[in-house]
Amino acid sequence: MSDAIVRMENIEKHFGNIVALSGVSFDVRPGECHCLLGDNGAGKSTFIKTMSGVHKPTKGRMIVSGKEVVFDSPREAMDAGIATVYQDLAMIPLMSVTRNFWMGREPTKGWGPFKQLDMKKAEQVTMSEMKRMGINLREADQAVGTLSGGERQTVAISRAVYFGAKVLILDEPTSALGVRQTASVLATIDRVRKDGIAVVFITHNVRHAMAVGDRFTVLNRGKTYGTSTADKITASELQDLMAGGQEMVELEGSLGGTV
Amino acid sequence: MTVETADKDERLKESSFVSQLLKRPELGAIAGVVAVTVFFLFTANPVMFSLSGVLNFLTPAAQLGILALGAALLMVGGEFDLSVGSMVAFTGLVFGVALTVFQLPLLLAIAMTFAVAGLFGLVNAEIVLRTGLPSFIVTLAFLFILRGLSLVGLKWATNGSTQLRGIRESVENDWLAPVFSGRAFTGLFEWMAGNGWIEAFSNGKPKVDGIPVEILWFVGLTLILTWVLLRTPAGNWIFAAGGDANSAKNSGVPVRRVKMALFVLTACCAALVAILTVLDAGSTDARRGFQKEFEAIIAAVIGGCLLTGGYGSAIGAFFGSIIFGMVLIGLTYTQIDQDWYQVFLGGMLLIAVLFNNIIRKRVTGER
Ligand SMILES: Nc1ncnc2c1ncn2[C@@H]1O[C@H](COP(=O)(O)OP(=O)(O)OP(=O)(O)O)[C@@H](O)[C@H]1O
Ligand SMILES: [Mg+2]
Repeated sequence: MSDAIVRMENIEKHFGNIVALSGVSFDVRPGECHCLLGDNGAGKSTFIKTMSGVHKPTKGRMIVSGKEVVFDSPREAMDAGIATVYQDLAMIPLMSVTRNFWMGREPTKGWGPFKQLDMKKAEQVTMSEMKRMGINLREADQAVGTLSGGERQTVAISRAVYFGAKVLILDEPTSALGVRQTASVLATIDRVRKDGIAVVFITHNVRHAMAVGDRFTVLNRGKTYGTSTADKITASELQDLMAGGQEMVELEGSLGGTV
Repeated sequence: MTVETADKDERLKESSFVSQLLKRPELGAIAGVVAVTVFFLFTANPVMFSLSGVLNFLTPAAQLGILALGAALLMVGGEFDLSVGSMVAFTGLVFGVALTVFQLPLLLAIAMTFAVAGLFGLVNAEIVLRTGLPSFIVTLAFLFILRGLSLVGLKWATNGSTQLRGIRESVENDWLAPVFSGRAFTGLFEWMAGNGWIEAFSNGKPKVDGIPVEILWFVGLTLILTWVLLRTPAGNWIFAAGGDANSAKNSGVPVRRVKMALFVLTACCAALVAILTVLDAGSTDARRGFQKEFEAIIAAVIGGCLLTGGYGSAIGAFFGSIIFGMVLIGLTYTQIDQDWYQVFLGGMLLIAVLFNNIIRKRVTGER
């Protein structure tokens, strides 16, 4: 497989006296889906926020396409091709799909003080991109609030891809979804990966991870237990790692293996 | 294939015309203007809807409306400014002092007034953005601070009087004065009177000799701000910043800069109202703009702005302010006691908020 496009080395992040991450290493390659697993509060969101320029790591190095970088803002990460779809999707329910799609990168026409939004282009591109991802909008100015959770995920993902993401980070895209919508989001992930984009897929659902993941990294209390490839690990082993090993074995025993 | 999709789009557009209309935030305010107009058509002296009557209620509507436009954009951007009323008094004082005490030419006095307003707008914005405190409370503090400073400054500038006079005299013959005071299009009105198109006195002079300049400022600002809000990236950023500042920031919207600009805009709207009304009155006092912050916010809410931000329009605030003007002046054309004004406004506000709530839920499919 090709070289890593993003490599994070020994990342630490402290919030005051809270240590959210204590030395996490991680990398992702073009065309693969690298799953980041972990229980609530394990530090997954914090980790990817350092990757996408929201937080600055307290310690550690970040290497993008072979060069060490320090991002001062999400904007800089975006410019480097790292796009994030957050748990909250970074979408605004009261605004239309089109306005959300272009938020922060609005297309303009005209010059000087008369520079204005190119609404026609904006609407056309939005409609066709949505269609490509299998979503038929009623109209381009439909409010995002009227879309289902899975549709919103897909809008957010297609927005990132359209704007040239080379690395796509998805923070729990399936956590709030039903079976069918989950399947459609996983299919979207698969499609994006096949386009040669590096996908970082965060979840605490092992089955969702196993469905599309090529490699898996488990975070626990701000540390990793290392990375494994899909053919070297089973779902139950992942499950154990996520819960911190020992305790899970005991738990599982008392629950009769239903977890 | 392409033809087919084009066909489909056309049909969709047509079938959803009503829902398109319902989606506009200003719908409520337009309905309100219609309702108030009908009400006064039945109850008021018909003079109210003559040319002079209309200009009569558009003038206070414009004075409030310029404030309401700023308030509306700020509200869409997710913030409030309760200090705009006091800001009118304070910038009115700055303007008056610049003209009478410092004897500055009008251009410099105006520049100085806007500069002071912008500075206070920035102070408001800095405090709100740095501390994350609700703008409601920060600007409430400035409501009192600026009102107090206006009183103190007035006494200092006038050696203890409560009114600063002599402003009209100091701008007489200033080339810039007609832009900010008096009436515009006087030639046009004379010409129309000459042709018998508008009412004239027996000597041929028109009964209404022009349009008060504040109305033109009001209309012009409405057009510009509507364009900014709906047709520029900055407008998209304002909606985004108010809809969800965090999401907007994560998408690369310069939320801080947007909010700063909005606070400055709101303060500058107050300064503009101060300049217009002080020139109109020829004097200023510390009560200028009293409680206008509430009226401006009410007009913006009637115009469809949500108190939670992220939704609203400048056109809505325009019509909201016209409702104010119509009710304020309209009651004098009826048998109804003026004291009902506030009851009427409170009622309008309540109806508007309830209406906005329903519309928003319908439009956004809030679950
Ligand atoms: N801005 C912050 N300030 C202080 N502590 C924080 C901050 N952000 C995260 N933390 C802490 O860091 C730890 C990791 O949080 P994080 O949100 O990364 O977990 P997560 O793995 O994404 O969990 P979940 O599955 O619930 O999303 C938590 O203990 C959290 O309280
Ligand atoms: Mg998280």
